[in-house]
Amino acid sequence: MTQRKALALISGGLDSLLATRVIQEQGIHVEGVNFFTGFCVEGHTHAIRQKDKDKPKRNNALWSAERLGIKLHIVDIVEEYKEVVFNPKHGYGSNLNPCLDCKIFMVKKAHEWIEKNDFDFVITGEVIGQRPKSQRKATMPVVQEESGIHDRLLRPLCAKNLPETLPEREGWVNRSQLYDFHGRSRKPQMALAQKFGFEDYAQPAGGCCFLTDEQYSVKLSDMWQSRGEKRYELDDIMLLKVGRHVRPKANFKLIIAREAGETKFMRGYRKQYPSLVITSHGGPWTLIDGELSEDDLMLSAQIAARYSQGRDAEQVDFDYINTNGDVRQLSVVPMHPDDIDKAWVL
Amino acid sequence: MSEKSTLDCQRLLCPMPVIRVQDHVATLNPGDVVEAICTDPGVVNDIPAWCRINGHEVVEIREDEDDFIVVVRVGESA
Ligand code: SF4
Repeated sequence: MTQRKALALISGGLDSLLATRVIQEQGIHVEGVNFFTGFCVEGHTHAIRQKDKDKPKRNNALWSAERLGIKLHIVDIVEEYKEVVFNPKHGYGSNLNPCLDCKIFMVKKAHEWIEKNDFDFVITGEVIGQRPKSQRKATMPVVQEESGIHDRLLRPLCAKNLPETLPEREGWVNRSQLYDFHGRSRKPQMALAQKFGFEDYAQPAGGCCFLTDEQYSVKLSDMWQSRGEKRYELDDIMLLKVGRHVRPKANFKLIIAREAGETKFMRGYRKQYPSLVITSHGGPWTLIDGELSEDDLMLSAQIAARYSQGRDAEQVDFDYINTNGDVRQLSVVPMHPDDIDKAWVL
Repeated sequence: MSEKSTLDCQRLLCPMPVIRVQDHVATLNPGDVVEAICTDPGVVNDIPAWCRINGHEVVEIREDEDDFIVVVRVGESA
């Protein structure tokens, strides 16, 4: 008998972990794929922020693959994914998360991968009704059709609630040993995890990426608005994850580190953005994004001073460092907290 | 003859360094060695995890000022 092969979409969460194990139990050879969009919650922030130091510094997709004993292919889709974020045909979720288009796109990429690598079908950890907008009974066939994969897509955790797929019809997998999970409850998943002996798995609350985060989405829309178009580079979307973003005027914003870990990370961008570094007191690193006049520069320093240990001092001194590394000294009176308009803080 | 190469992953955040190593290793032969120079401390966990899954060997992990350097030997199944 031919050894059948499946490619699993591994997000790093519990559902894809379980879906994969269910199919492995049926004697199918499974390998995993993890798509890196740039917005993934994995990796970055916990490496940057001190406060997250105690959290395990692990990539959950790699961790899942290791627990499953499967190979994992991590694919960089940052460039192609932009179109999904800019123009989602099915719209955004509650924030800037284009979940349905995202799923279609990833399944489409997985389909291309199996065709190229001679695999038989794709599996996902989707569960009907798990997410109000993107994982509904009505969206399940939409993903199959629009990705072009049709019945080579199997969702082991809710397959019994869906029409038979090719792997079931052909007898590669036994439908009776698949599941009928539905709805928002996580109990069936937790019970199955226990049965398989999985512990310490990741349980992201909102979703698998920063686009589901309200504050992140506000910063992203602000960036698009200030640029007059929807556009971003990988560095932009990384920087949206760190610091306090303050836009006092339409033409520029400040990114003010909130702690030492962020300062270290942001220093890495000093050749791309001008920086304000406090010399008279302890305080955060500040990057400036935009073109500024002399008055704007003074205003920036006053705001940055407000977030430093010199906030109550009469004068705070700065080095203003441009992207060539030229240093200019300036001194300002810190801005009074009441003068910082709440709407400036994104 | 096994080859030795260096990969610049500075300023890249995980999982980008892992992707760089993965894509570079795909072009190498078993026994070849690659030295990834990274700044994200997450690599000291992620690159070894990727190696364990894919049958490669971590020869050395060291810190050098702001850098984290991970040296990988390509496994037989590559
Ligand atoms: S949460 Fe993010 S990664 Fe997950 S489906 Fe939605 S848009 Fe895609």
